[in-house]
Amino acid sequence: MSLMSDPTTEGRFGEFGGRFVPETLVPACQELEIAFKEAWQDPVFRGELDAVLRDYAGRPSILTECHNLGAKLGIRLILKREDLNHTGSHKINNVLGQALLAKRMGKKRLVAETGAGQHGVATATAAALFGLECKVYMGAVDVERQALNVFRMHLLGAEVEAVHSGSRTLKDAVNEAMRDWVATVETTHYCLGSVMGPHPYPWMVRQFHRVIGDEAREQFQALVGDAPDVVVACVGGGSNAIGIFSGFVDLKSRLVGVEPAGGAAVKRGVPGVVHGMKSYLMQDEYGQVQEAHSISAGLDYPGIGPEHSYLASIGRVEYPNVTDDEVISAFQELARTEGIIPALECAHALAWIIRESGSMQGQTVLMNLSGRGDKDVGQMMEILK
Amino acid sequence: MTLESELRSKRDRGRKILVPYITGGFPGWIDAVRAAAASGADAIEIGLPFSDPVMDGPVIQEASQRALELGATPVSILDGVRNLDVGIPLVVMCYYNTVFHAGHERFAKQLVAAGVCAAIIPDLPLEECGPWAKAADEAGLETGMLAAPTAPDSRLPMIVERARGFVYAVGLLGVTGERSALAATATAMAARLKPITDKPVLIGVGVSNAEQAVEACRVADGVIQGASVVRRLIEGGADAVGEYVDEVRRALDAAFVPQS
Repeated sequence: MSLMSDPTTEGRFGEFGGRFVPETLVPACQELEIAFKEAWQDPVFRGELDAVLRDYAGRPSILTECHNLGAKLGIRLILKREDLNHTGSHKINNVLGQALLAKRMGKKRLVAETGAGQHGVATATAAALFGLECKVYMGAVDVERQALNVFRMHLLGAEVEAVHSGSRTLKDAVNEAMRDWVATVETTHYCLGSVMGPHPYPWMVRQFHRVIGDEAREQFQALVGDAPDVVVACVGGGSNAIGIFSGFVDLKSRLVGVEPAGGAAVKRGVPGVVHGMKSYLMQDEYGQVQEAHSISAGLDYPGIGPEHSYLASIGRVEYPNVTDDEVISAFQELARTEGIIPALECAHALAWIIRESGSMQGQTVLMNLSGRGDKDVGQMMEILK
Repeated sequence: MTLESELRSKRDRGRKILVPYITGGFPGWIDAVRAAAASGADAIEIGLPFSDPVMDGPVIQEASQRALELGATPVSILDGVRNLDVGIPLVVMCYYNTVFHAGHERFAKQLVAAGVCAAIIPDLPLEECGPWAKAADEAGLETGMLAAPTAPDSRLPMIVERARGFVYAVGLLGVTGERSALAATATAMAARLKPITDKPVLIGVGVSNAEQAVEACRVADGVIQGASVVRRLIEGGADAVGEYVDEVRRALDAAFVPQS
């Protein structure tokens, strides 16, 4: 099996993945798997998706070479500008795909979880566009620190429910969205925001984000005349990373997924099962899932998508981590040297590049700038006071 | 004693099966198990609290979270179970990561050593249960399987075939919690299962009081009651649990008179 092709019929990537959901949801996951397979092979569906990605989301996103920062670091640094998509992040790729699919399946309502709010905003946007009802679950802690995105979702006509259980962050928002889905599965599609959850989500969400890697491969070749030496992306659940890696996994490029130090599932986790999937997971000695701690709400997740666990286990992708302090300085560095304010999530990828640039002198480095930093400006204003 | 033989013999005498659920590790849980057993429960389901209980509504979430905050672990709860000796079968309900993290064979042996007859793992569906089912069968532990209203007819025979001890008929589309009325899906689910299995069929999720238990038992062999029991444990302790189980027991015995 070539890397990043389809998973097994049980939804496995090596030993990872699967479908560990309450019995109530098994038929819905099976139905979704069949519907996605059919849609993905249907030129009509693909044509509709391509059109909406182009005419609504603004694809293709461009590449930007960072001449100033690149010269300073002694590398050629090139950004894939997912921050320029409509709604300000890569999340729109997946959401437009899933919303189109939900309509095709006759569902009337979307539920979603969100951490930083980017996936929630994207889902609310797609729901508005396609005339679907929308409810977004968001940890109470994140509702506080991402108030602007909560208001955006309200403007877009979505209902936002603060989740007060557990650690009151992303993992608990996923639990609550799944509980909603268990009760409403006949009319509702769960629009999961990352390459995680039960089969077919990790595979389906990856296919919807492949466009990042497919575009970047062609654009990079045109710009540089060769494949990148290194491809870097931040990883919470891992959707933007899997999207860009999918364009380069069969080439010689070194692939690096950067996790937050407080949510380093690959480094600090062991295989476990939560949210419908088997994957690396931070947990205590009895298998209780531990809370992640990160400056960025979008990466505050104790697990990682199962295909990442597989890519880590075979050594194809490295998963280092960076501290909040490194992230804060990388965030400012890109703003000052290039005039681009990155999302705190992507500042993780840049923080790793800055830290490791000494060992990459003269190399070409492609980084997925998966979102813009407007949503984080308020939080950074507090931190930098 | 196996759970299935115990439940079958009671059913065959015309008695409806009552299985209260109690969150292990919550203050007073051991006394609550004893009180439920003394008040006419036929088996007791003991929940091992988990950090991410996706099948549970607010009441059981709250009990689980408090138990965890007080330091409850699978080991400490099973230590408590070992000394219970209540004379009726004990069933453990836990989420799959608790099993997977401990290791299938090791966990099955731990349950058997604690005197547990059976397990229910609500996030381990048919397609994923192979390794656990093998380990449980080898250890002599029964595993009840869930059947949900969303299942097509073609799926149910496979579920009842794999079930050991009993078949858990999920009463509604949703998570655990009390509802004002018994959902129509509850008796409909049991009515789909009864013709295809001789194993005891118990309705759980959304069976919220004595009246609803009676209604459910018009079709099913018995009921599992979680949130309504745990709420009484939270609000009134073990005595309140005993009183409630006694109330449901009397209602069932009045509606369905067992043969003496």
